[in-house]
Amino acid sequence: MKKQGTGNSKAVSVYRTRMIGSGLLFFLIAFGMVGPFLVSGDPGRQNLSAILSTPGKEYLLGTDHLGRDMLLRLTAAIRVSVAIALITTATASLIGVSLGILAATRGGLAERCTSLLADTFLALPGLLLVLLLVAIAPGSFWPLYLGIAMILWVEQFRMTRALVQPLATSPAVQATRLLGFGPWYVFRRHFWPELQANVLTLSAFGAATAILSVAALGFISVGIRPPTPELGQMMIELLPYYQEAPLIFLQPILILFLLVLSLNLIAGGKIR
Amino acid sequence: MNQATIGYRVFQAFLVAFLVGLGTFIMVRVLPGDLAYRIAAGRYGYDLVDSVAAEAVRLELGLDGSPILAFLSWFWDLIRFDLGYSLVTGELVRDAIFHELGHSVDLAATALILSLFIGPPLGLLAGFRPGSIIDRLVLASSVVFRSIPHFAIGLVLIMIFSIQAGLLPVAGHGHPLSRVLPALTLALGLAAVSSRIARDAMIKVRESDYYLFGRTKGLSESQVFFRHGLRNVSVPIITYLGMQFVYLIEGVVVVETLFAWPGIGHSLVHAIVARDIPMIQGTAFVMGLMFVFLNALVDFLNRLVDPRERVV
Repeated sequence: MKKQGTGNSKAVSVYRTRMIGSGLLFFLIAFGMVGPFLVSGDPGRQNLSAILSTPGKEYLLGTDHLGRDMLLRLTAAIRVSVAIALITTATASLIGVSLGILAATRGGLAERCTSLLADTFLALPGLLLVLLLVAIAPGSFWPLYLGIAMILWVEQFRMTRALVQPLATSPAVQATRLLGFGPWYVFRRHFWPELQANVLTLSAFGAATAILSVAALGFISVGIRPPTPELGQMMIELLPYYQEAPLIFLQPILILFLLVLSLNLIAGGKIR
Repeated sequence: MNQATIGYRVFQAFLVAFLVGLGTFIMVRVLPGDLAYRIAAGRYGYDLVDSVAAEAVRLELGLDGSPILAFLSWFWDLIRFDLGYSLVTGELVRDAIFHELGHSVDLAATALILSLFIGPPLGLLAGFRPGSIIDRLVLASSVVFRSIPHFAIGLVLIMIFSIQAGLLPVAGHGHPLSRVLPALTLALGLAAVSSRIARDAMIKVRESDYYLFGRTKGLSESQVFFRHGLRNVSVPIITYLGMQFVYLIEGVVVVETLFAWPGIGHSLVHAIVARDIPMIQGTAFVMGLMFVFLNALVDFLNRLVDPRERVV
């Protein structure tokens, strides 16, 4: 952590924002996980005699325009967002770090090919790329996953390549290689300790991007299809009922904001 | 601007065409049903399609040939801007996009200018007094606005200004004030980043030797800022503009959809919902090209403000 700031106080404040962010994220995920145990039921179940009811005894967070329990829907939506963010950033980090190390250690053709690949994905704004993929097979999960992973790996790749390049030719790594240690050992002893903090920061940003992209697609009705609850899609569904039930309408917005805020805080409040 | 950067941007434009072309080509190929019939239906209308028309289309487009050849001819049409006809309106895609692009550029430019009036001045103000209340407020609002997606900012603005106060039109286009809310939505998100960049740059410049020397030799705070500060501060702000264009173009898609602004992003989303492949191709291609063009513009502006030859 100390490496982050120049002075000690800066390091402490970065550490503190990270802790606040982690706490917030933990709380949100716990909310998403515990929800189904608090109230059992199907998030798609409608109770048409209790539409848009305000938070109360029967429905802790109220109901939406079709009489569906908001608590169940919100917790399900959190699980969807977090799960997609998790697998896309994991995929992106794995691919980005591996290709970055490949480019930095091999050089030559390997570096040129991987850099070309990275440039290709940087040529289009991320959401446009995801939209193109989603248009191929609307409503299904894999284009969403593939598209988001494709826009996230590039940053990890560039960071890894830049950090590993000077390390790969350093005397320490040369000595380790001469002693006969394999590439996995070199990675664990020399590369990973340097990369760790940056991979975490970029993953937090990446997860925020993933959650925002999924919500944006849901919002313009081309993402995850109803009846699966999703934050962006819930917002656009509830928009017509803003005046009747402002408390219900604001819930998905608040959850999305807190999710992204927690991840931005974990990333250290830095601009990418 | 040297030749290498121009060359890179041209190459990038080529990559945009490749990605968009490949995506839409796959889209056409995975459509269920016989492709020739579908294209013929798109051209002549569903009532006029028979096997003769489908056969004519098949021969004309070489649909039985190898997919690689078919892709090359698809790609060739794309880079010549031969974008075909919309499957929904039957309008020439090129004309439709030309019309919509004007509205989008109008919105994006308004948003960008508005954001430059909000973000950097606040950032500079904060950077002059690091640690002060203003600094903390600017920092906190920057973090908050960066965590709210553009569409949520838009929703909240609609709630405040249109429904509660009834001051501004909720959505649509035509009223002189109808651009205020969508542009403000985009501008707030952009300003959240540019204020932060401006603040950090201002602090760095104020700590520099040349700035201190300017103060020591007796220049007033405003003199030293306009003579030595402003130009140096604007370099990182302009550089980050390039990254903000990602936000702007993504934002145009979502914000236009929310506010029913008749621009290119709105049209892209409609085309995806209606599976109007020529329109998807055309709008995505033009938006990608705009992105490349804006980045080239940033390269150029950076040269203008900072004439020192960079070592990359």
